[in-house]
Order: sequence, then C-alpha cells, then structure tokens
Amino acid sequence: MNIAVLVKQVPNTTEIKVDKETGALIRKGIPTIINPDDLSAVEVALKLKATHGGKVHVFTMGPKSAESMLRELYARGVDDATLLCDKAFAGSDTWSTSLVLSTALKRHRFDLVIAGRQAIDGDTAQVGPQVAEFLGIPHISYVDEIRGVDATHCFLRKKEEKQSMHLKCPFPLLITVLDGIAKPRYMNMTHIFNNASRDVEILDNDALAIEKADLGIKGSPTKVKKTYAKSITKKTTAESLAPEDAAERILAVLREKGGMPDAL
Amino acid sequence: MRYDDGKDCFIYIQHEHGVIENGSLELITKAKELLSDTEENVVAVLLGTLDQNTHDTLADYGADAIIVCEHPDVSAYDCLNHAAVLTEIIETHHPKSFLFPGTVRGRELAPRISARVHTGLTADATRIELDNDEGQTHSLAITRPAFGGNLFATIITPDHVPQMATIRPGVFEMKKVNTPYAKRIDHTTDVELKSPIEIEAIIPKENDNASIADAKLIVSAGRGVKDCLDMVQHVAKTLNAELGASRALVDDGVVAKLSQVGQTGSTVRPLLYMACGISGALQHTAGMDKSETIIAINNDPAAPIFDVADLGIIGDAKEILTHLMRRLDVSNTP
Repeated sequence: MNIAVLVKQVPNTTEIKVDKETGALIRKGIPTIINPDDLSAVEVALKLKATHGGKVHVFTMGPKSAESMLRELYARGVDDATLLCDKAFAGSDTWSTSLVLSTALKRHRFDLVIAGRQAIDGDTAQVGPQVAEFLGIPHISYVDEIRGVDATHCFLRKKEEKQSMHLKCPFPLLITVLDGIAKPRYMNMTHIFNNASRDVEILDNDALAIEKADLGIKGSPTKVKKTYAKSITKKTTAESLAPEDAAERILAVLREKGGMPDAL
Repeated sequence: MRYDDGKDCFIYIQHEHGVIENGSLELITKAKELLSDTEENVVAVLLGTLDQNTHDTLADYGADAIIVCEHPDVSAYDCLNHAAVLTEIIETHHPKSFLFPGTVRGRELAPRISARVHTGLTADATRIELDNDEGQTHSLAITRPAFGGNLFATIITPDHVPQMATIRPGVFEMKKVNTPYAKRIDHTTDVELKSPIEIEAIIPKENDNASIADAKLIVSAGRGVKDCLDMVQHVAKTLNAELGASRALVDDGVVAKLSQVGQTGSTVRPLLYMACGISGALQHTAGMDKSETIIAINNDPAAPIFDVADLGIIGDAKEILTHLMRRLDVSNTP
C-alpha cells in the first residue's frame, strides 16, 4: 500500500507571544515543531506499512528550513520526503496550498493520503479535504481509528460530537486523523544513521507548473484584512475569602442565577 | 467561482432525525440581524425532508426562504453527495455568501465545496460583520482566532463568490425573530450521486458530555484542582452541570477531550461558568468569556481568569470545594 502523508512545520504555539501594541506575532526565537496531528498521521502510515507493506512518502509545503523536519521523519522510518518550496507559494491560503500539494501528489499514485486534522498555527482543518477534492478522491475527516484494511477498502471510525461512525470506503481516499489515533514512535538510531545523508526532494514551481495567478497572496481567494491580539476587559476585583464564606458567596450566585437544581 | 456579485446569505442546515443543529439556527439568527437593513435574504439550505415543523422552526429563527432537496440519496449526511448537491445549488442560485456551522460535518463538508467552486473559505470563525469597504456591498468580514487564540484575523474574500465560512457553534445566540413566512424553493438535482462511502454502524457516545456547548451550567477544572478532580466532578453532578476542563488537564490525559473549553476545544456560553483552579490563559478564556456569569476560584491573585470573572475568589480551591460540597449535600438531603 502506498501512502502519502501531508505534514506541516509549525511554531510551537504554547510559546507564542503577541506584541500587544501592534498585534503582530513575535516569531523571533520561537522553536518550530512538526504539527502534532501530522506526527500522528505519520505514525498511522508507518503502522499500516509495517502490516501491509508499501511505502510512506511525506509531503510538505514550506520554506527551505522545513527540510530539517523531513529529515527527522526519515529518522522515524518514512521512505520518501518531498519539500514544495518556491517564493511563489508564500502567503498561500488553504485553497492555494491545497492546489500545490495536490499537484505534487498527482505525480505519484497513492492508495491512501493521510493528513493531520489541523495545524496548531492556523487551526483550519481545510487543507486535507481540499486536497482530496483537487485529487478527485473521497475524504473522511476526524478519523480516530483505522479499524482495518483489505485489498480494496479501508474501514474507519470517524468521531463526531455525539457519536462515532464506522465507515467503509474504497481506495484511493484521503483521511484526516485526530492526534489520539496513534502515539508517535521515537526516532530510531539505525534510521538516523542510515538517513543522515539522504536527500529530501525539493520541488519548485518550475517542476509543478501551476498558474502563477493561483498561487501566493495574489492567488488566494481569502485575504487578511487585519490581525489583532485579543484584549481582555476587567470586570471585577478578586477577593480573598475564607473557604466557608467563599462557599456561601458561590451558593448565593448559584441561587440568583437559577443554577441550583430544583431539588435543592 | 466568479459570477456577477451574487445575492443572499445561504446557511447550511445540519440536521438529524428531524432535529436541527443549534449551530445552524444560530447562523440564521445572526445573518438575519446583519442583513435586516439590506435587500439581501437569509436562505436556509436543507438536504432531506422538510416537514412543517422544520419549516416553521427555520422561519421562526429568521429564514426568509428555504431551499430544499428531498432526493433520497441526500436525506442522510454524506460528505460527497452533499458537496455535489450544494455545489449545484450554488451554481443555480449564485449566493453571495454561504455559511456552515463549524461542527465536525460542517468542517468536513465546506472545504470540499470551496475547492470545487474555487472560492475562499474561512475556518471556525467567531465573529461576522458586514463589510462595505472598498466598493464591497454587504460582503462579510469574518474574524477567526489563530495561533491557539493568541491572534485574531479578519478575513475577506473580495474577488470570489460565494464567500464561505464555517462558524464556531455556540458563539452566536439563537433567537426567534418571527419571520412571518419563509418561501419554500424545491431543488431537483441532476447530479449523479455516487458516493462510495458506506456507513457500517453508528455508535452513540458512551459518556454523553458532548453537549457542553449547549450546557446552561458548567463547572470547569484546571491544573490547580488536578489532585481533587473527583470533588469538582461531584459538585458538577450535584448541580446537574456539565464538567468542563482546561487544555492542561486534557493534555495531561485526566479529562476527556470533549470536555475541553477554549480555542482548541468548545466555545461555551452558559448562564453560569465556574472555573476551579484554572489560571485563565487566552486559550481558555476565549472559549468561555461570553458566559453570562463567571465564578473563578484560584490561589494566584494574578491569575488572568479573574480578569473575566464576575465573582473572583482568591483561595484554595480544594478547601472551598469541600465547604461547597458540604453545603450542597446538606441541602440535598431531604
């Protein structure tokens, strides 16, 4: 089974700070990581490969510096890695990004494409489904278990708010997976040694030949009108209270707001 | 897609077993409010059976018209078949905007359509305004959180129609507005509906905490009460409240992801939100600061949760919960 995995290098958002004056993101010195959902996607792919054979090929679109992330994935056991890197791609929204990724994927034949549910910097969850549409294959989002695979079909569990669905879909298809689907493995020393000098395939738009009008900020249907950091309004001052008094105050608010159950 | 301008705001009606998803009704109410002074209509788009009760509900919340496709192959949700028919509806009616509730289904379906019709889609938005700048008439400026809620971005789609967005459920109120009449428009589909996805089983969620977004009362736990989580759960249970949690506790694996409140969890707006041992990072407060009343208990006087609280108590959450439990259990005894 040949599997493609879509990955993204993201800033570690738990360490992100915003300049309150300008509302701009302070990116300086922020460490980058592989997007957590994507790491789970890689793990799922490696597990499927271990059981069913085939190859795992990771794709990312990003700056040249994303190459280090792909090398790290070699060390985890992926077979091939492609970086889609071109100035023309910079500033692309999800529509344009998906066009780039799908154009690169079309150079190969994959049975299964796996993407993480969403990236922690953008949280859009849109690139996976949009890539599937551009590839003309079905997609299922929010998959939290691969229940099985046979020669022709994939059996999946999709997680919704109030229920889970067991779905069956023929290959080829694209799925987006939740980070709970698999616990990523550690890097393997043998893989690290064997792959230290392995090349990452780097493709620019000369190779992909996408219409310039569909790329970057200009080619993106959505435009950012403005960005700003969130401000918080102060409502009251907090008070130090003895536990008994605190409990009474809480009960009073509960009563006032109708929060006490009828029985009480 | 490019057609001349387009008209009206379309809303995808997610429904199951005759029940309409609140997220869809919230969008109808919000769109009606935004467009009330314009010539634009709010059009509910429902794939499936439109009975009188459903029709009335959609009208009550503000729909001016309802487009319905009763083809049997779209009566149940299927991403590919719904995408095919909704694309056909877009091509037939040329809406100016098309909004989807930011549910699992909405966020699975909308990107597929936006790719197909070549238009802009904004994900998981929390604010919508009319944008009449730069020669746009009644276009939407749609604001969404990014970077875990640290940054907000306002997104427009100036050159493509329809402008699309998924909107986070629970952010807007659903209100009956008494639209006297909603016109029914039947859509007969000509597309071949051939989704290869088969549903083998539907498994209801065991622990039904999924309704946290609809909860009226939420008792929420953070890392400060990790060692007395059972007490928080007990208080929640006694009050018939839903249990909420900060990202920290979910990341630690002690509370289920579906209980998570905040940017990467659920947005909630209950009548009363009680935050126990939650410091109140933006990640969290962005998902609960619209609650009608907020009680916060934290031992750190500088905890940012107090900035959004109506009643802020500096103290040991465990001790306070002990007293609260005692009082609740006393009044609970017949």
